[in-house]
Amino acid sequence: MLSIKDLHASINGKEILKGLSLEMGAGEVHAIMGPNGSGKSTLSKVLAGREEYEVTSGTVTYKGENLLDMSPEERAHQGIFMAFQYPVELPGVNNTYFMQASLNAIRKARGEPELNSLNFMKLVRTKLKALEMNEALLKRSVNTGFSGGEMKRNEILQMTLLEPSLAILDETDSGLDIDALKMVSMGVNSLRSPERSMLVITHYQRLLDYIQPDYVHVLSGGRIIRSGDKSLALELEEKGYGWLQQEAAA
Amino acid sequence: MDAAEQQLAELAKAGYEAGFVSNIESETVPPGLDESVIRYISARKNEPEFMLEWRLEAYQNWLAMEEPDWAHLKYTKIDYQAISYFSAPKSAGDAPKSLDEVDPELLRVYEKLGIPLEEQKMLAGVAVDAVFDSVSVATTFRKQLAEAGVIFCSISEAMREHPELIKKYLGTVVPQTDNYFAALNAAVFTDGTFVYIPENTRCPMELSTYFRINERNTGQFERTLIIADKGSYVSYLEGCTAPQRDENQLHAAVVELIALEDAYIKYSTVQNWYPGDENGKGGIYNFVTKRGVCAGDRSRISWTQVETGSSITWKYPSCVLKGDDSIGEFYSVAVTRGAQQADTGTKMFHIGKNTTSTIVSKGISADRGQNAYRGLVRMNKGAENGRNHTQCDSLLIGDKCGAHTFPYIEVANPTAKVEHEATTSKIGEDQLFYCRQRGLSEEDAVSMIVNGFCKEVFNELPMEFAVEARKLLAISLEGAVG
Repeated sequence: MLSIKDLHASINGKEILKGLSLEMGAGEVHAIMGPNGSGKSTLSKVLAGREEYEVTSGTVTYKGENLLDMSPEERAHQGIFMAFQYPVELPGVNNTYFMQASLNAIRKARGEPELNSLNFMKLVRTKLKALEMNEALLKRSVNTGFSGGEMKRNEILQMTLLEPSLAILDETDSGLDIDALKMVSMGVNSLRSPERSMLVITHYQRLLDYIQPDYVHVLSGGRIIRSGDKSLALELEEKGYGWLQQEAAA
Repeated sequence: MDAAEQQLAELAKAGYEAGFVSNIESETVPPGLDESVIRYISARKNEPEFMLEWRLEAYQNWLAMEEPDWAHLKYTKIDYQAISYFSAPKSAGDAPKSLDEVDPELLRVYEKLGIPLEEQKMLAGVAVDAVFDSVSVATTFRKQLAEAGVIFCSISEAMREHPELIKKYLGTVVPQTDNYFAALNAAVFTDGTFVYIPENTRCPMELSTYFRINERNTGQFERTLIIADKGSYVSYLEGCTAPQRDENQLHAAVVELIALEDAYIKYSTVQNWYPGDENGKGGIYNFVTKRGVCAGDRSRISWTQVETGSSITWKYPSCVLKGDDSIGEFYSVAVTRGAQQADTGTKMFHIGKNTTSTIVSKGISADRGQNAYRGLVRMNKGAENGRNHTQCDSLLIGDKCGAHTFPYIEVANPTAKVEHEATTSKIGEDQLFYCRQRGLSEEDAVSMIVNGFCKEVFNELPMEFAVEARKLLAISLEGAVG
């Protein structure tokens, strides 16, 4: 699905990712953990195609193609979805309209027929129901005046609508209360399938109680310094990152 | 040349979509302005004597006035003697009685603009009084309107057929002496629209006029007068496009609205005059005076405008709230890009008691575009419990453009309440990236964000106009980002 080799990326001349490598197979859920400033968010933004980040060396192959050659929208058309850490407000843009435009842009790029408003509403209602969300969110402007929890729920709603092949969750759990966390996890778990991979970036082990990862990686200083299974997350919870960083430095 | 290259070459040639010159033979007076030109115009239009006198008086006033220079605009001085003040399509000598009699070339011009009269007859019940250059050549739906008692005709015709209404109302809202451009208009206006809605009548359809500048070097001086008698309602749509030009063209229109007791006039404009090339060369100078008076109690006037064209826009649709409990509204979207400059806004004069006004202004600037909001809210001494709310938002695309706000507030009554809110924002990389991550192209993302920004104004437009306005906005801002 995704193969990252020796990736170096910088912003404003400052190198953040310093030789990151990661292999993700189809159907796998990988968790990336790490202290603040380790490059977690940079990794998600580079994968989604944010242009401010300059990839200075290394390769990223997605479904056998060079991901770095694609524009952000092409990546979306190819099935990459990123749930934003800080979703962006679009004042005056109706949420339903936005999601329909998004789904149809992706369907169109894939040569699939676009959904009319009626069929789209049917679809969005089933997704809402599955996530136990209420419809009020649909009538509002995209993320405008949303609470932190509402924004994250809205991200998950979009994810379940777009059914990506590679979902990147950028600290989706940060700032969530336990109910919202459960809801987010429910959305993520409902999408787990043998064809779909997920990259869950998180600061806390807490999320991984609900989303059971196949692999856990520790990111520090722009590189993955340790990989393991979910027991690694528990170990981190107990001991913190310090011992790993010391080991890596040694 | 391979197919792709050819396509590219064609695209480059195409330029401004509405930019073409149709070759209908026109009758044009030589450039220059003096009394003889005014006499010629008046005679050509078979005007009553009082009109000629009125025009000549306006001309004398104009001669004594100076061109205003207070606006946030930079342009080369206009040479008023280099402008031709009259142009009429030749075939208009004896006015056509139906569409069949209209010059087929003229009809093709309208079709290029996407406003085929034939189709519009059937569509949506919109009556069109089409102004081609300076003379009205086709009027539809007259009969249906006549049955309702509505008068909808060219202002030249109104001067001949309804001189009593013209005498009573013309120049009462925008007097000859109002300002430099209004005085010029009063002296030389060649045509325009006249609407009268009788008492307690709801106009059975939306009324619409399309203006079009066609003759080289010909200033377009339109004059519109709309009177809504007691308890009546009318929605009027004005839309314009213009062909490509090398010289700057002056457009100095005057619009007067009069709402009597309990009457409601809704006036919507989509303005798409040629904005000039990327340096502003060849664009239209649009100096317009628009004002409405809420003369009767509980009357209401609502201006909605979407301004995307012209190289210079100088325009302040205003409301004089004379009647008690009267309402004035101004909803505006102004887009400037390339070298376009706009100085636009409104004036709300609160005179009667319990008068209310609402101002929503959305300015969008891209490239080197300069956008100024200039507004005046005045609460007179007698404006007991007057209320105003002003919201003035600016959106910047890129870092070479500018947004400026000049709000003037004058309050002479202690019970009056005036609120002003202003914001300036930039289409952020964050917003664009968010949309693109969801699969939308950059163009679609910009269009969506801008349309969201303008939503409150578009909501005020009649449905079909709103659709047009959204499209226009998307076309206007193509390639503005990146």
